[in-house]
Amino acid sequence: MAETLRAAKDDQPLLVAEGLAKNYGRLAACRDISFSLYPGEVLAIVGESGSGKSTLLQLLSAQLSPSAGRVSYRMRDGVLRDLASLGEAERRFLFRTDWGFVHQDPALGLRMAVSAGANVGERLMAVGWNHYGNIRQTASSWLERVEIDTARIDDAPRTYSGGMRQRLQIARNLVTEPRLVFMDEPTGGLDVSVQARLLDLMRNLVSELDLAAVVVTHDLAVARLLSHRVMVMKGGQVIETGLTDQVLDDPHQPYTQLLVSSILPP
Amino acid sequence: MSAPMTAMIEIINAEKTFTMHLQGGIRLPVVRGVSFEVDAGECVVLAGPSGAGKSSILKMIFGNYRCDGGRIGIRHDGAVIDLARAEPRDVLSVRRATIGYVSQFLRAVPRVATVDVVAEPLIATGTSREEARERAGQLLRRLNIPERLWTLPPSTFSGGEQQRVNIARGFISDHPILLLDEPTASLDAANREVVVGLIDEKKRAGVAMVAIVHDDEIRRLIADRVVDVTSFAAAA
Repeated sequence: MAETLRAAKDDQPLLVAEGLAKNYGRLAACRDISFSLYPGEVLAIVGESGSGKSTLLQLLSAQLSPSAGRVSYRMRDGVLRDLASLGEAERRFLFRTDWGFVHQDPALGLRMAVSAGANVGERLMAVGWNHYGNIRQTASSWLERVEIDTARIDDAPRTYSGGMRQRLQIARNLVTEPRLVFMDEPTGGLDVSVQARLLDLMRNLVSELDLAAVVVTHDLAVARLLSHRVMVMKGGQVIETGLTDQVLDDPHQPYTQLLVSSILPP
Repeated sequence: MSAPMTAMIEIINAEKTFTMHLQGGIRLPVVRGVSFEVDAGECVVLAGPSGAGKSSILKMIFGNYRCDGGRIGIRHDGAVIDLARAEPRDVLSVRRATIGYVSQFLRAVPRVATVDVVAEPLIATGTSREEARERAGQLLRRLNIPERLWTLPPSTFSGGEQQRVNIARGFISDHPILLLDEPTASLDAANREVVVGLIDEKKRAGVAMVAIVHDDEIRRLIADRVVDVTSFAAAA
């Protein structure tokens, strides 16, 4: 994966976290986290349950307010803005257009009772598309891109298999051509064969669309396949960071060594 | 900065130690004092017994293993970058444009067709998909991978076939530096000859290469210079 990162046409970071922290009472869920994410770059956040990786994802995507520090995002006009300073309309714009969020459970990211076509079309309508034919055609071409039979376009995702639902969720997120996608355990809960297909699909889409992504996963194989860079979290802190293959092939921290050595070779 | 470097690779006093935290913090010194240069159009073969650190040195040059000290100077994009201290993004940029690496084993991505596995490095540097596939096909043909296999993922191939796919993927780019870890290990005589021919062509194109080969015959054919890594052994 690392080799496919396009030449950086933009040398300015897209997302910047500075001294980010989140406390729940006396519990520090995230402590002093700083990094920059560049356009087209895929960052994996790995660690076990309770390490703070999902909290971090919510902080980065403005779904939680930090107890300290800040997250800044480069808006389409090129200006880096503190997410906390955004107005409601700007925040909505990010969620509807410029960002995607892929949940582990597709039911959280989809409307399960409306058709697949409407699930994809809804994001387009939210950004002002109003021609039914165009919306349907675009939705249909996205179903094809995520390998869903277009004959199923009028079926609701509750009639879909787990793998199909997850691919539909991805289509729904990518149809507005976001620049940044957050993914929370995107392959969690899927059969291994279904995971492989989904990973391959995501890997291709990320490189074709030159997407930046933050992927939370406890699965190091997912990190290896999808990401350029890895941050290892433990107890709310980033304990190791580097190029994905460096961290996985030459882990330095005791916990990272434990994680890497715990994988069963296939 | 020292005197301007003319070599493609200039390694000065690089060292690497593994600390095994799960084994009570045992320190395993791998190499130290690694110093050598590689010029354009030259193939340097690393020699030494198994476990002497040859593969580790290749991985340090590729930025896959992090150095604990010293310098890995790489001529990249008209300047010299020290990979021992480079930021992740810079390491990726060096790999994309400057350093190719043929590992011992192919790390195949599930479901990706062989021809695309081989074409990918070219596409990543901006070659069109059609042209990249065309060149991938030429290399696969040359390495005797039958055309009927090109659309299949290489994960089901034999060891020798996978190694040839790996070689095709490594040789397809026009990287000015190429690292070769046992490129001929599981190949028959005919395919070894093909690889020797490919290495010759890279030399003529001015590519700087560092190789590990155990076969004396191949070493004699490709080595312009042999660097004995036992002098870098760090066991102390």
